[in-house]
Amino acid sequence: MEGLSPLSVDGLRKSYAGREVVAGVSFALRPGECFGLLGPNGAGKTTTLRCCLGLTPPGAGDIRLAGEPVPQRAREARERVGVVPQFDNLDPDFSCAENLMVYGRYFGLATADIRARIPQLLDFASLAGKDDTSIRVLSGGMKRRLTLARALINDPDLLMLDEPTTGLDPQARHLIWERLKRLLGQGKTILLTTHFMDEAERLCNRLAIMDEGRIIAQGSPRELIAGQIEPQVVEVYGEDAPGWARSEAARFAQRCEVSGETVFCYVTDAAPLLAHLEQRPQLRTLHRPANLEDVFLKLTGRELRD
Amino acid sequence: MNHFSPPQLSRRALAVWQRNFLVWKKLAIPSVLGNLADPMIYLFGLGYGLGGLLPAVGGVPYIVFLAAGTVCSSTMNAASFEALYSGFSRMHVQKTWEAIMNAPVSLDDVVAGEWLWAAAKATLSGAAILIVIALLGFVNSPLALWALPAIFLTGLCFAAMGLIITALAPSYDFFMYYFTLLITPMMLLSGVFFPIEQLPVGVQWAAKVLPLSHSVQLIRPLLSGAVPAAAALHILVLAGIAAAAFVVAVTLTRRRLLS
Repeated sequence: MEGLSPLSVDGLRKSYAGREVVAGVSFALRPGECFGLLGPNGAGKTTTLRCCLGLTPPGAGDIRLAGEPVPQRAREARERVGVVPQFDNLDPDFSCAENLMVYGRYFGLATADIRARIPQLLDFASLAGKDDTSIRVLSGGMKRRLTLARALINDPDLLMLDEPTTGLDPQARHLIWERLKRLLGQGKTILLTTHFMDEAERLCNRLAIMDEGRIIAQGSPRELIAGQIEPQVVEVYGEDAPGWARSEAARFAQRCEVSGETVFCYVTDAAPLLAHLEQRPQLRTLHRPANLEDVFLKLTGRELRD
Repeated sequence: MNHFSPPQLSRRALAVWQRNFLVWKKLAIPSVLGNLADPMIYLFGLGYGLGGLLPAVGGVPYIVFLAAGTVCSSTMNAASFEALYSGFSRMHVQKTWEAIMNAPVSLDDVVAGEWLWAAAKATLSGAAILIVIALLGFVNSPLALWALPAIFLTGLCFAAMGLIITALAPSYDFFMYYFTLLITPMMLLSGVFFPIEQLPVGVQWAAKVLPLSHSVQLIRPLLSGAVPAAAALHILVLAGIAAAAFVVAVTLTRRRLLS
């Protein structure tokens, strides 16, 4: 590992009204990587980000952002960071270009310098020519892209994105992913939170799975899949599937999970199970390699988090 | 958790001020006219309608007396509306403050920028009325120019008080209490419409601690060409309330947004 970590967090804790929302979180970003924080709703991802930015004081732990201790010198640290928040908070009173201009001033940038950057930023956001368009008429995807462009106004070393593609259609998500990859190609470091496993698998070099305020697994997507879970998954559907799972599945699968009328069988070798299932035409099957979502569900459980 | 400590301010507060100014600039003329209409209707309605029934008040025709009071009450209203409704929109509804705080701008700077902006907008409001009543001949001394800093000070005072309420407000409805319980009684008790001496003695004492009454006692003499009596006291009271209310507003806003 070369260079200083753009963000390192050690033993971070944070409580609200006696409830520990972040309960001892440690991780360190490597320069130029994309690091993902995954977790169900309420896992403590957003609170962790807020602590890292110095927007709320931690109960305990050490944070260094862009080489500066946080929260003591959070304001200085944020000079080198770009943030894409979970909910769009573009300025509705302004056009696209004005949003970038006004935001650049919060960094103390000179008007002429910001003006010079606006065309390339709008171009990057696929919003070229929309300088004077009001925010109110932009689609959700356009707003996200403009928020990403806004986060780049200070040419940051580190980008922090909180659920950057939540609520977007597939076209808009793919465009965001493509842009984030381009930024990684330029050597920027990215920290993102998400609960989309395909997003994490596609973008992240390394990720940490959080639940109930703790990191419960950490590694590259490949390492996590190889280390945490059986390599093959056979999904079995049908009215009889739960009954079948109770009586027979254990003979063929190392591990089974039942969710409604679907049974997820985790196996090292799927052949015997598939041969058995061919004798049961009333059960439909889907055989696939294990993915990050399987790891996530294994580690965080299937019950709803509201 | 203790959120009290002296506000730490930097020049980035001016970027927040500038943001609000840019928005205002887009709608400057309707905004100024809108701010003028309401006080002018009262001024002419009461000034001529009621004033016709009255002898001179404080040695001047009633409409001249009322005009000076209107400058003060309009400044108070403009500062309060900006700090309450517009401030709350930016803080709570649009999440503009959150966006700003992701940049290297502290919450203290955001609150300071809002404070200075609300005071500046109130000054525009007060100054617009000052210009109109000067054109109508109700002002006849260059001393009236000294009213401008006094108007700004009045704006700072009421903007800071308004930001306290904004920091506490769960929704827009909350502001109704502030206007009904504080702003409206203050307007009636501070010598805007009639001299404080008309009130029962006990109430007169209460009226003397209200910030608007200090503003009125400072600005009314200036518009009629006299140096205000005890000017230093009035300035100190307004500045003291402004500073103290700002510190309280910063503390409460930190508690609300940074916990």
